[in-house]
Amino acid sequence: MSDTTFAPTYGPVPIPVRELLPWAIFGGLLLMLAIYFIGAEEGATSLIRGMYVHEFVHDGRHLLGFPCH
Amino acid sequence: MVGKLLLRGMLVGLVAGILAFAFAHVYGEPQVDKAIAYEEQQAQAAGEAPEPEMVSRAVQAGIGLATGVLVYGAALGGLFSLVFAYAYGRLGSLGPRGTSALLALLGFLAVIVVPSLKYPANPPAVGNPETIGYRTELFFIMIVISIATMVAAVGLAQRLWNRLGAWNASIAAGLAFLVVFALVKAALPDINEVPENFSASVLWQFRVASLGIQLVLWTVVGLGFGAVVERVVAVRDQRGPARRYA
Repeated sequence: MSDTTFAPTYGPVPIPVRELLPWAIFGGLLLMLAIYFIGAEEGATSLIRGMYVHEFVHDGRHLLGFPCH
Repeated sequence: MVGKLLLRGMLVGLVAGILAFAFAHVYGEPQVDKAIAYEEQQAQAAGEAPEPEMVSRAVQAGIGLATGVLVYGAALGGLFSLVFAYAYGRLGSLGPRGTSALLALLGFLAVIVVPSLKYPANPPAVGNPETIGYRTELFFIMIVISIATMVAAVGLAQRLWNRLGAWNASIAAGLAFLVVFALVKAALPDINEVPENFSASVLWQFRVASLGIQLVLWTVVGLGFGAVVERVVAVRDQRGPARRYA
């Protein structure tokens, strides 16, 4: 049983939703916040005053396909 | 287990971001430069004073672009790993690498390709600043609808699986997806704010480069994540009930 390479005696076991949920909520929220800062902050909406974030990630925003000014 | 997947997903996403940055710098930046040159030429012709540069072009095209693409890549990898954590073991008997590759393909179609057919990426100088709120709203609405339709289509394929067989069930679900997309595409308003005399070739090359960046990201995440988590997932599976991978 020390061999961990694929032997066709086992298959995919789903991860229970209750184990997944806290990760999905907190992780998902933080990761989407990161995408928001790259994609939309100081564009359509703004949490920080000024245009520095917008100008700094300007090229990435255009090339990643987000609407930009 | 989910923590392990999330960490690996973000690391793979970061690597994907580095490669996508290289691609963006080589193939995307020349188009951005041409678009900005056009923008400046138009402003000059209209007798407007040049816009003050808050961030220099070199910074925007270098560290600024890198920051944007790397953060986006890591976030994409992380979100991808969370979707994988749910989908794994719930998409028939696909193993970790197959699940990862299939999710990346479906995700690339639902999140990038389909929405960009309606609202494609635009270079600088294209787009009216006054409509940015409206355009951003439509862009995200389109992505949400597209993802929801894809999830529904995968569910449909699974329901039809036993009755029609894998191939026919997938084709039927794919057709259902296309019908919904055609209706949504017709229902949502069009946006065309490309200036009359903007170079068609620059616009085309910009959009191809933009799609290319996403293709690099999703390919590396889809194939890389499967390779990186294969062992972790297999060890966990071995402790579970006896089943078979496809």
